[in-house]
Amino acid sequence: KVPLCFLTLITHRCLRALKTAQTEHVSPQLYTTLHRRACSSVSTPRITTHYTIHPREKDPRWEGIEMERFADEADVVIVGGGPAGLSAAIRLKQLANEQEKELRVCLVEKASQIGAHTLSGACLEPSSLNELIPDWKERGAPLNTPVTEDVFSILTEKYRIPVPILPGLPMVNHGNYIVRLGNFVRWLGEQAEELGVELYPGYAASEVLFHEDGSVKGVATNDVGIAKDGSPKDVFERGMELHAKVTIFGEGCHGHLAKQLYKHFNLRENCEPQTYAIGLKEVWMIDEKKWRPGRVEHSVGWPLNRNTYGGSFLYHLNEGEPLVALGLVVGLDYTNPYLSPFREFQRWKHHPFVAPTLEGGHRIAYGARALNEGGLQSIPKLTFPGGLLIGCSPGFMNVPKIKGTHTAMKSGMLAAETIFAKVTAEDVESETAGLHVPEYAEALKSSWVWKELHAVRNIRPSFHNYFGLYGGMIYTGIFYWIFRGKEPWTLKHCGLDAHQLKPAKDCTPIEYPKPDGKISFDLLSSVALSGTNHEGDQPPHLTLKDDSVPVNRNLAVFDGPEQRFCPAGVYEYVPLESGDGMRLQINAQNCVHCKTCDIKDPSQNINWVVPEGGGGPAYNGM
Amino acid sequence: MSGRVLVGVKRVIDYAVKIRVKPDNSGVVTDGVKHSMNPFCEIAVEEAVKLKEKKLIKEVVAVSCGPQQAQETIRTALAMGADRGIHVQVTGKDYETLGPLQVSKILAALAKKEDAQLIILGKQAIDDDCNQTGQMTAALLDWPQGTFASEVSMEGDKLKVVREIDGGLEMIKINTPAVVSADLRLNTPRYATLPNIMKAKKKKIANVNPADLGVDLTSRVEILRVDEPPQRQAGVKVETVDDLVGKLKDTGRI
Repeated sequence: KVPLCFLTLITHRCLRALKTAQTEHVSPQLYTTLHRRACSSVSTPRITTHYTIHPREKDPRWEGIEMERFADEADVVIVGGGPAGLSAAIRLKQLANEQEKELRVCLVEKASQIGAHTLSGACLEPSSLNELIPDWKERGAPLNTPVTEDVFSILTEKYRIPVPILPGLPMVNHGNYIVRLGNFVRWLGEQAEELGVELYPGYAASEVLFHEDGSVKGVATNDVGIAKDGSPKDVFERGMELHAKVTIFGEGCHGHLAKQLYKHFNLRENCEPQTYAIGLKEVWMIDEKKWRPGRVEHSVGWPLNRNTYGGSFLYHLNEGEPLVALGLVVGLDYTNPYLSPFREFQRWKHHPFVAPTLEGGHRIAYGARALNEGGLQSIPKLTFPGGLLIGCSPGFMNVPKIKGTHTAMKSGMLAAETIFAKVTAEDVESETAGLHVPEYAEALKSSWVWKELHAVRNIRPSFHNYFGLYGGMIYTGIFYWIFRGKEPWTLKHCGLDAHQLKPAKDCTPIEYPKPDGKISFDLLSSVALSGTNHEGDQPPHLTLKDDSVPVNRNLAVFDGPEQRFCPAGVYEYVPLESGDGMRLQINAQNCVHCKTCDIKDPSQNINWVVPEGGGGPAYNGM
Repeated sequence: MSGRVLVGVKRVIDYAVKIRVKPDNSGVVTDGVKHSMNPFCEIAVEEAVKLKEKKLIKEVVAVSCGPQQAQETIRTALAMGADRGIHVQVTGKDYETLGPLQVSKILAALAKKEDAQLIILGKQAIDDDCNQTGQMTAALLDWPQGTFASEVSMEGDKLKVVREIDGGLEMIKINTPAVVSADLRLNTPRYATLPNIMKAKKKKIANVNPADLGVDLTSRVEILRVDEPPQRQAGVKVETVDDLVGKLKDTGRI
């Protein structure tokens, strides 16, 4: 197989050199497709129709379709309009305006409006914001809720063990603000537009473009008007190419373009695989009598067992209405395939310490997103010719603090500063057409971000012991609280989250209580609250490398864990219309872009790609 | 003939979003909620652009009434192929009470000012479902109307419109200038692609005040209260026909 793929690669390179206007990049899926065609079973109904799995060059339905793309040049292109991407954009324009230099900065974001795909607890540490926009208060930044009370508990099924929050522990929140991160991101977007950043929400970056010399040339936005079966519709139009001297990738946790870049530039050869968690969140309007604005509650323990990492949060906002933001985080290195993070979250709400706050209230929002837990050990190589990675995409989250926004923003700012110096330098000498900015990684390593992540690097891995949660807490108490993370060793994680699942026959199913419709709810009504929707007539963006693997492996060995870990009900095993057996049904329209399936699929068969821009959840201040 | 078409576009809450009633029951929550162009307005814009591509008309002007954010909706129309936009600024209390009567007065005034040959609107907006603006505009201008259009073609200076009616399809021929309101099957709107959005930034959007058009925005309707639809009650299953009859008698139905 290897020589064949090598030849195909060379053929493609030659074709690219010959064709002047077309810029097709080599699909890393190409050799996978050849392999797949050789051994796919005939009886499996076709599920995947996306062109990343079934290339259009070979597809007769695409003959004669105009595939040329409109291209535009910018100085810097940023993929992703989250805290990191927007901070980078703002910092670039601040520097350009200060030094009176022209700089074209374009930002593309797959959500229809900035902030619509943002979901977080969140307790914001304002350190990076103070650096970026010192007069944020005058400018109306939505940091309205300073933290007034900090409560930590270990929950058992019926009781609560209070844990004192001693100064010096990572979860002290004094000086921080409870924010609705979606609103904060929207405000950052307004600041960016004022400074002259070109924001393009509703357009997803779907492809990385490369120069002849292999450096990154920019990105291309998604094509539109492809039917569900993969054929072109009348309204088919190619995406657009945005070329830049440097492309900043800030796609957030487990970005799909970052996934390609890791492979292409081998960025992960000297770091551990990233490990993740899924965070599910709801916003409730509660009874005014129960409302304690500024109160932060965290808990560990029930309903998760001591070997399943995770915990809950409940924050009382202070924005005029009695709102609380609450949720559950579950580490995705859990071993029991019968575990359903969504149902754990629903039953947690019934705990005697939590339920009283919610009684008499009603739920107004729901959503979910994966987050990084790997810390320092999992940070890949951050720069490559023509681009670099910022924010939660490489992953700078401080796990015990459960805060990643301030480090994401700082990484964006450092990226901007180092890129600006290079892009505006008079005598820029570059080996490659796309600029390489290794100064960014150096700046990050000498900043407070690195010091902070270094101090907490052993806390998350310390949970991998027989005593699980309790071992981890003891480790944190000794080595972080007393010794401030200065121990000379660095603990390892346990490998890919996807490989942690035990076969279903070795595990016991979990009996979850039925939702009562007042405090706990069923999955579908929750998904409806996220406002998620996609154009129905497009190829499902949850692509499978091999359509037969879900039934033959995931269902057979692990009892189909994707039907349980997906917080939006995308994956369903339904009986075949004729005869025995099951098939996988993918309800792509429900997807909330959390990326958990791409992370946790035990066969690593699911490849999440970006759907048509504008699709996805419609979060409002999540 | 000026060859100019006026297309009305409305910014509404996106159809997939779960609507929430404000705690004081005065309206629905719109702050920060995802909005987009009314789907029927998209169809109207598409039809206008198609007529221009067929060279049957010369210019497409997109019009929207509302606060600053209405400009985003006009930009989308410009990206789909409209030539220029008119933003009629209506804010605050006036915007809350803005309804078909006020909008049709504005459109009528603009049609006269711009010497429009044709007005194409969506048949109704998905937030109020009024289905009145097209009809009222035609009445104010004393122009013929082709509503619920599923097919529009020009034959000289007459317009042939196929309308979707309860009994099936009705074909009418009307004089121009006229008002047409678009129904679902008229066309499939094209996407507003990024290069077109970038080009649309250079197209002009004129700002106009309703007062300048001589339009009085006072509403004849006062909204007293907005409520969520009542919760659907669970059904009850019965085992036998006698049980059914018994239950029907109990609830006073028979």
